[in-house]
Amino acid sequence: MPLAHISESGPTEITVDHVSKRFKNTDVLRDICLDIRAGELLALLGPSGSGKTTLLRIIAGLEAADSGRIVFGGADATRLPVQKREVGFVFQHYALFKHLTVAENIAYGLNARGRRNRPLAREIARRVDDLLNLIKLSNFADRYPSQLSGGQRQRVALARALAVEPRVLLLDEPFGALDAQVRKDLRRWLREIHQRTGQTTIFVTHDQEEALELSDRVAVLHAGRLEQIGNSIEVQDHPASIAVLQFLGEALELPAQVIDGAILVNGRPVPVDIAGRSNGPVRFFVRPWHFDVASPDEAHVQGLVYNVYRAQGRAHVAIERAGQEPFTIAIAEDLLPRVHETINLRIRGGYLFS
Amino acid sequence: MSETTAKSNVQEPAINSVVTESRGTRALLIGVAVFFLLIFLVVPLVTVFQQAFAKGVQAYFASFDDDDAQAAIKLTCIVAAIAVPFNLVFGIAASWAIAKFQFPGKSLLITLIDLPFSVSPVVSGLIFILVFGAQGLLAPLLNTFDVQIVFAVPGIVLATVFVTFPLIARQLIPLMEEQGNGDEEAALTLGASGFHAFRTVTLPNIKWGLLYGVLLCNARAMGEFGAVSVVSGHIRGLTDTIPLHVEILYNEYNFVAAFAVASLLTGLALVTLVIKAILTWRYSSELAAGAH
Repeated sequence: MPLAHISESGPTEITVDHVSKRFKNTDVLRDICLDIRAGELLALLGPSGSGKTTLLRIIAGLEAADSGRIVFGGADATRLPVQKREVGFVFQHYALFKHLTVAENIAYGLNARGRRNRPLAREIARRVDDLLNLIKLSNFADRYPSQLSGGQRQRVALARALAVEPRVLLLDEPFGALDAQVRKDLRRWLREIHQRTGQTTIFVTHDQEEALELSDRVAVLHAGRLEQIGNSIEVQDHPASIAVLQFLGEALELPAQVIDGAILVNGRPVPVDIAGRSNGPVRFFVRPWHFDVASPDEAHVQGLVYNVYRAQGRAHVAIERAGQEPFTIAIAEDLLPRVHETINLRIRGGYLFS
Repeated sequence: MSETTAKSNVQEPAINSVVTESRGTRALLIGVAVFFLLIFLVVPLVTVFQQAFAKGVQAYFASFDDDDAQAAIKLTCIVAAIAVPFNLVFGIAASWAIAKFQFPGKSLLITLIDLPFSVSPVVSGLIFILVFGAQGLLAPLLNTFDVQIVFAVPGIVLATVFVTFPLIARQLIPLMEEQGNGDEEAALTLGASGFHAFRTVTLPNIKWGLLYGVLLCNARAMGEFGAVSVVSGHIRGLTDTIPLHVEILYNEYNFVAAFAVASLLTGLALVTLVIKAILTWRYSSELAAGAH
């Protein structure tokens, strides 16, 4: 059973209550239940087609759920039109208004209000100035979107969404269209903005690193289901399902069985807690960094090295085994094995599923 | 991309023989194209003005000092003034629906919009006679209310609207399809009402394409001959538009007047062409889908 609700205190800002959605013959979302707490930064993580963007758009009111409710601060918002939901939405491809300047883009939401609710022109100008400062683009107020880089455009899109003081900020793959370095900078910057403003934020990503780095909690979606929700440590150390485990990083499945309180791989025990499982075959998964080079008589896995390279302070060794999928392990950099050499590996960790 | 290729070709014609034709072939192809342009476009154009001014400037202007000519010009303007706004509204509505929504029968709608392009204008004129004429389908109804459509201004307007209605929609559909819903969705999430979003986001996004479509639609509405000829009845001073009037004058061997009135349409065509060229050059990315 996936952990849909985590019992932690904190006022709930938005509740997604048994939401389901079908497109044609596919279940895009299946009975999603999710509480978003005030002030938190929540990541909706999943592969493409997992339904994460649809869920975000349903929260925003850009799509309607087939069944279930969306509750904003205790009030049912399921039938509330998008204009009245007070959400700030940031699109993957920015969706800036290209005939308006940066300042006009940011002011758009305030100017769009009816005469009665619209702030004074002076007040709008002041708020635009503040936001331009926040996104560090004060000198770009009179530029047009086409004169900005991708990262700058996305910052303007964020300021535009923040200008209306939304109840919740929704970001749909906000860094998806940017290159790696800009992504990194923007991530850090978004985290800073969130810490400064305390704005309740939900963002969609398929990049697990991004989700783990940025968010307070990660909600992992797979094939329309909410598989797990928890902080970055919980989802990594205790993945609720094989789908979560596999999505959070590379994992190799090895044939294993529980015999008398121990897990045996290749007939040898591995140091992983069996959590009270009874005797019989189990599904056992190992991360690339759960391997050590060992002697043949203590090896859990044996294979032939066919490629070795160094990256990020580790040696990455690609290994093939007769009749099996090749896999890659990451070991200490000073232990570079040779290509075409047989390698013996001992396992020192892993994940168990029945 | 094509621009850079063209540039490098100009700089190094000899070296780029791999990607371009030989000098002789190019000269031949360009020569053929220019020859046909001359025969089919430039010569007729010059002839129109030459014939119009054949008996001097005074004779040219005298051609317009005629009640029937003025009535024809006025009628043409009235017809265009009704047909163009009508097609503007229809074109925006249809392309909006087609580009931004999925609904059953969408491809049928697209086909129907193209129908006037594939039907001969004379046939479409005949259809209006069969429907609205004295012996037509709706004749009893029209007689009851004493409304005359065929051989009167309403028939001319109907025929013109029919013939021109793909023009604006066809221009906008690919443009709006390429632009997608993103900008409108952004406006809605920012609290804009549907109409506010349309006015402040959609319209600015399509304005040049729209202007282009209106120009084409107007030129066609003023110049339409076939369909209008069938439904008009050629009542001089009453149901003659500029093209019909030109035909009458020509058949009466009144060449100066015929070409003088024709020069108005030619002038309209030239103005349309120039504005079109400016739009294409200046706003190509906002006009054509996929052009960057």
